[in-house]
Amino acid sequence: MYRYDEFDHKFVAERVSQFRDQVQRRLNGELTEDEFKPLRLMNGLYLQLHAYMLRVAIPYGTLSSRQMRKLAHIARVYDKGYGHFTTRQNIQFNWPKLVDTPDILQELAEVEMHALQTSGNCIRNVTADQYAGVAHDEIDDPRIYAEIIRQWSTLHPEFSFLPRKFKIAVTGAETDRAAVKVHDIGITILINEAGDPGFRIDVGGGLGRTPIVGKTVRDFLPKQDLLTYLEAILRVYNMLGRRDNIYKARIKILVQSEGIERFRELVEMEFALLHGGSLDLPKSEIARIRAYFSPRAYEKLPDQLEEGMEASRADSEFDAWLATNTVPHKVSGYAIVNISLKPVGGIPGDASAEEMEAVADLADRYSYGEIRVTHEQNLTLPDVRQKDLYDLWLSLNISGLATANIGHAGDIIACPGLDYCALANTRSIPVAQNISRRFADMRRQLEIGPLSINISGCINACGHHHIGNIGILGVEKNGEEFYQITLGGRADDNAAIGRIVGPGFAFEEVTDAVETVVNTYLSRRSHENESFVEAYERLGEEPFKEALYAAR
Amino acid sequence: MPLVKNKQITEDSWTHIADAEDLPFDGSVIISADRWLTDRESLVHRNAPVGIRLRNNQSPADVAVDLHRFGVIALEFPAFKDGRAYTQARLLRERYRFEGEVRAFGEVLRDQLLFMQRCGIDAFEIHKREDAEAFEKAIGEITVFYQPAADARTPVSASRVTAVASWAY
Repeated sequence: MYRYDEFDHKFVAERVSQFRDQVQRRLNGELTEDEFKPLRLMNGLYLQLHAYMLRVAIPYGTLSSRQMRKLAHIARVYDKGYGHFTTRQNIQFNWPKLVDTPDILQELAEVEMHALQTSGNCIRNVTADQYAGVAHDEIDDPRIYAEIIRQWSTLHPEFSFLPRKFKIAVTGAETDRAAVKVHDIGITILINEAGDPGFRIDVGGGLGRTPIVGKTVRDFLPKQDLLTYLEAILRVYNMLGRRDNIYKARIKILVQSEGIERFRELVEMEFALLHGGSLDLPKSEIARIRAYFSPRAYEKLPDQLEEGMEASRADSEFDAWLATNTVPHKVSGYAIVNISLKPVGGIPGDASAEEMEAVADLADRYSYGEIRVTHEQNLTLPDVRQKDLYDLWLSLNISGLATANIGHAGDIIACPGLDYCALANTRSIPVAQNISRRFADMRRQLEIGPLSINISGCINACGHHHIGNIGILGVEKNGEEFYQITLGGRADDNAAIGRIVGPGFAFEEVTDAVETVVNTYLSRRSHENESFVEAYERLGEEPFKEALYAAR
Repeated sequence: MPLVKNKQITEDSWTHIADAEDLPFDGSVIISADRWLTDRESLVHRNAPVGIRLRNNQSPADVAVDLHRFGVIALEFPAFKDGRAYTQARLLRERYRFEGEVRAFGEVLRDQLLFMQRCGIDAFEIHKREDAEAFEKAIGEITVFYQPAADARTPVSASRVTAVASWAY
């Protein structure tokens, strides 16, 4: 993991004092709420429906057990005993008091964390593949570049007041698990035909009101040019991005209105002028950051999953968990373990202080003390010995953290919705809970196979409904909640935006509608291994439409 | 309105002239870049100093050939959240090597001063007197910088190299 050096420690400490002073000025009336707003937003502090909400940055979703314990402590002391992991790999606390927030930030600084750039129209927390460094299909570790970008973008003097927020994701694997095609900038590590390592740069993807799959602005960028190229893109966007309409301000709208060719020309022109300047990324700097992410001292172990684990023959529940919640590790004898934060009927992404501490303890015991937060709002232990899997599973079970539904119907992504959010039009958490209960039977989930269900409580799409195989969007009509269903979205290498299947459903109807969609898939799939999204792409929307609306 | 220059509240020797106003015969004036471009033929012969205001959607390239004629280039911050002038300032300093005064006006708030200064702005028209008085404190609150900009501050990447080097000897 990246560790703060003396400079980073000093920086974060200065930032906390600065914020403490700003909060003080707000509390004693020197600053109005309007004047305070941009300042608190630069420290992740939102004003929600009922209270302030503090969003803490978890850079590219990587946490140490020590940091996780601190989050548990903050949840217990300053909040109501829980936190909410987000689709941006961050954590939100929903009930902090304004007067406490400087102390919370100070506590975070003690464990090398902060809430910088988790809000506001700046370069947000950079996300990466949750299996970075341990994935079997990885070309290079995206955390190295995510960290380099994180540092470069920290309080960037030119890019702290962009037209709108700006999200960057990095992946280094053949399978895209970071959804790079739906980010303002998506970075994919690759090796070109000449055998040189570099990046493909995609730009202008995004969800929200206008979902767009990103376009490639540069097929191959040498590593040393990474920051220079990003600066060129950001500069073009800062000058030309729309500022007259908040809904037209993201870079995707600029790319769309200029066209990718013209946009590329502008960026390349700026890049040519900046090229070879002070942002050149020397090999030594990449090597310095790489050293923080060097591989663990893995033991030499045989691969046991191939031949089937002994314990699995004895325990079918363990077997099911093994099949859904573990992923192949790049090192023989190890596994990547996902911990679902989606228990039946639970709130997606929520974790209690006790659960956080349990995960921290298990990370220490079984995974070198490291934890990842996934953009599906789950947690990951990246480095577990296969021979420890059964013991780990038993411990997870005791803490109620062994839900075996990763990537299946119960693994629902949902925004906080009207229960917390000031922007939401409708509830999303109760919709998720109802669907989760409907599909509680794990055998049924396995029979259905891989399926992503995403729920957003308003058109801002924080639940990423556009890229859910089944997407649910809450809209308000004459004071009533309605839910539109979209089908066929996907966030992987074949990223696609789901299509609205027809008129919306009332809150009481939406669970039935989802079940109808699933049953239609089950009866129409060509064979057991044809996934929902594959079947949808083959069949089109007609059979689903008919099943949903024929009886109406 | 207080003007801060060289970290101090200073008497402003320049006068903003709106496009509708007549230009005084002498005295240092700041006019719009549009007026400069329209009346350039006569303005180049003016015997007193001229500065210009650049609109947010104008590029320094529009006046590049004349930059040496200006004592001041004033950049507007129409609202705190409009950050285009940061880019304009960096371009003036880093690409066009403009050495005169680069001035911020409009919604210039205390907590943006450091960003502005890092982008090469060296004069600040600040609405609130208490913000102007807190100038030095405001730009000194952060001392670690993660990227090169238009100022002379050492980015942390360079400090780290020095730290390692001094360690090695």
